[in-house]
Amino acid sequence: METIQKKAAEDTSELALVQAAKKGDLDAFSQLVKRYDRNIFRIAQHITHNEEDAQDVVQDAFLKAYQNLEQFLGNSKFYTWLVRIAVNEALMKLRRRRSDKTVSLDEDVETEEGSMPREVADWSPNPEQLYGQSEWSDILKKTIQGLPPGFRTVFVLRDVEGLSTEETAEMLGLSIPAVKSRLLRARLQLRERLARYFKSKRDGNGQREMQ
Amino acid sequence: MKCNDFLKELTDYLDGTISVTVREELEEHLHWCRDCYVVLNTTKKTIEIYRDNQIYELPESLRTRLHESIINKCKCSKPPGKASS
Repeated sequence: METIQKKAAEDTSELALVQAAKKGDLDAFSQLVKRYDRNIFRIAQHITHNEEDAQDVVQDAFLKAYQNLEQFLGNSKFYTWLVRIAVNEALMKLRRRRSDKTVSLDEDVETEEGSMPREVADWSPNPEQLYGQSEWSDILKKTIQGLPPGFRTVFVLRDVEGLSTEETAEMLGLSIPAVKSRLLRARLQLRERLARYFKSKRDGNGQREMQ
Repeated sequence: MKCNDFLKELTDYLDGTISVTVREELEEHLHWCRDCYVVLNTTKKTIEIYRDNQIYELPESLRTRLHESIINKCKCSKPPGKASS
């Protein structure tokens, strides 16, 4: 009960901040930036794979949000609306970097390959204990970077940021079945790639590069 | 239920958005299929790994810099509602 009341109070105060920011109150907007900048940076890094681009996305997304606050009608959460802007900015950056390829959320959705489990060895003891901190972090980055943008965007929003399927669908302009299908494949592909890393480490070939 | 059917339902099962009947069928399958049992557990673990290890943290110094830059840009911009978008 207490949690529900706390949540309701947060929503009210957020709405008050948005209303104040709409009137040009930059202190109010600054609080909104502080509330969500870490999330937006994380999402942007996951999509672009590039820290400089992610920094640009954070700045551009918040500026665009501020300039277009009038268009935010409060039908959805402010965060959902903000992430939608940020995801679009991040995909635009990615398209610019990869000018030879079209980047879309529909990319590679038809391929079943890579989603079928092949590695079915158990992961105990905890695989994290097999690696040093920086090697562990590198493996996690490389593994998720290997996913098609459409898959990793859905995975990051749903499983890393904890948004609902409905919110993710709304943000990305996808149907709910499309989000579920991408999420399943993203989860299975990540699992498979991590499994291959852990297997090669346990087999004593930790230097093996994933393809 | 076959392994392929299990995989199709895996996301809904993990998210707890599945009917009681289908959940019972999945759990029956898990009783005898070790491969699917491992796939379920390692997929769960994959999600936990990415949820618990924030691999792209925003360093505090960069955060301050970005924040200042955003607010300065907003100051130079027209207030909301008056910008041409």
